[in-house]
Amino acid sequence: MKKRKERIDRGIKVRSEDIFALCSLREMLYLSAPRLLPILGFLVLPLILGIYWQKVLLSVAVFALLAISWDILAQSGMVSLGQALFFGMGAYSAGILNHYWGISPFISIPAATIMGGFICTVLLLPVLRLRGIYFAMVTLIIPLMLVRVIEATKIFGGTEGLHGLTPFPSKWLDLYIVVAALLVALFGLRRMMNSDYGLVLKAINDNDRSVMNAGINIYWFKIQILFISSSIGAFAGAFMTHVYMFVGMPVFALDYSILPIAAAVVGGPGSLAGATMGAVILVPLSEVLRGIGGLRIVFYGLFLVVFVVGLPEGIFHYIQRKYNQFERWVEVEK
Amino acid sequence: MSANPLLQVTNLTKSFGGVRAVKSVSIEVNQGDLLGLIGPNGSGKTTLVNLVTGFVKTSSGEIIYRGRNITNWAPYKIVRLGIARTFQMVKPFYQLPAFKNMIIPLYSPKVKRLAGGKYGDRDAIALDLLEEVGFERDSHVAFKTASVLPQGYLKRLELAKAIALQADLLILDELFSGLSLAEVASIVPIIEKLRHEGKTIIMIEHRLKELFRIANRVVVLNYGMKIAEGSAKEVMESDEVKRAYLGTEV
Repeated sequence: MKKRKERIDRGIKVRSEDIFALCSLREMLYLSAPRLLPILGFLVLPLILGIYWQKVLLSVAVFALLAISWDILAQSGMVSLGQALFFGMGAYSAGILNHYWGISPFISIPAATIMGGFICTVLLLPVLRLRGIYFAMVTLIIPLMLVRVIEATKIFGGTEGLHGLTPFPSKWLDLYIVVAALLVALFGLRRMMNSDYGLVLKAINDNDRSVMNAGINIYWFKIQILFISSSIGAFAGAFMTHVYMFVGMPVFALDYSILPIAAAVVGGPGSLAGATMGAVILVPLSEVLRGIGGLRIVFYGLFLVVFVVGLPEGIFHYIQRKYNQFERWVEVEK
Repeated sequence: MSANPLLQVTNLTKSFGGVRAVKSVSIEVNQGDLLGLIGPNGSGKTTLVNLVTGFVKTSSGEIIYRGRNITNWAPYKIVRLGIARTFQMVKPFYQLPAFKNMIIPLYSPKVKRLAGGKYGDRDAIALDLLEEVGFERDSHVAFKTASVLPQGYLKRLELAKAIALQADLLILDELFSGLSLAEVASIVPIIEKLRHEGKTIIMIEHRLKELFRIANRVVVLNYGMKIAEGSAKEVMESDEVKRAYLGTEV
């Protein structure tokens, strides 16, 4: 007897898509729970975690920001291998402003966010016409080149970097700043990607010639999204500069390029919530595996492979499907 | 020929390496024309359209639209000036539902300026336009992802996207190819209606019978050169056209 899997929307989903959802507390909860859960989680976790895990949460938020910044670029047809460029540019901008001019973190971070975004956009402007692997290769090479430039010219502290930068006045403040930034980026950009503007960006990824044929200057749209994405990465970098009170060549390290991509792929590419979920899983996992020493990378790699092979759609899409639909086996009609 | 043609192509040439795809072609299109552009496969019809719409850069020659030299302009600028086209190989946004495909042309600056339409309004405009080209309103076809639509609907979607741009000159590249007789018969009135509304249309076609019924003028290309121009009857009586289509006796 042949059988096939049938997926059916849950009754509560069908009802909740309508205005009548407002008539039932249960249905309102069904709709809002997926949004409330991450908000509450990120706001409450700092209060209940110990100091060590608070630092891990901070890293989670930073890598989630980088993963979101990667994902919006990828959704617009620009696959980047160089989030480290955005991160490093923001980090150095904030570090320079603070070290040479003594500018407070509350000004240097917003300024570095815009400066970093602007510089990265200008740097990548000539390669916006490239697609796929060609664009990716350029984004991978630029941060590696910048490291060598800093090393060779000894500018901005050279290999030593810039030390003694101003920290945040309180550990709670830095934690809540980055958590708030993550939530704003996650929900704000999700809204943007679901609007008609986001639809144009996704269409550029799908078929750029057809978008050009609709009278839309795709390069102008690419510039805008590149600026938004690189500003998010630059914010993460500028923020970490003041947390570490140091900026140096490691800010251009490959980790800041690869881990965000791994997070977005494990979480579910094409959804910003997936990118965040990926960071929430991978960063703490990396910390937990620290205890097993040298084999850490092996287990970490194995975990990644299992996830990518077992759930190619990503964890977020899997959970979303399970939340909205139930599955059952039905006989195939003869 | 009119003193002020809508589109004037003069001595247009395009070479791809050693191959000259279009050789010194000159064409004039007047306001309200329905010009048929025909020729055997590889005669340079689509290259000519790609040159006019800016998708391919010219080697030499001039393209004048409403008195402005638009040679080698970027495609999006040409669309904003009032020239819209469809593609021979349909280019829908496969990941999006059919009606969401329409949002892209409706988002273009020119249409936003002319028709307005805020977020949400565009969905309604999109559904109206799709209904105009034959997406039945009471069916779910407009809400299906473009990747699952049959060729007939994809061609209609391509036409609807061009109509949405509110262009004065529509260039339809092999709109009828791959369609059944019934499907062609249902699209012909839409094209006639567009012409009635004052649109100028250039149609590249291999379905000559259907084309000759609606075109007022026909240009024939062969090996990148214009070999005939005139009414459907005139061009079909031309010996050169007969040779191009049927070949010569050995």
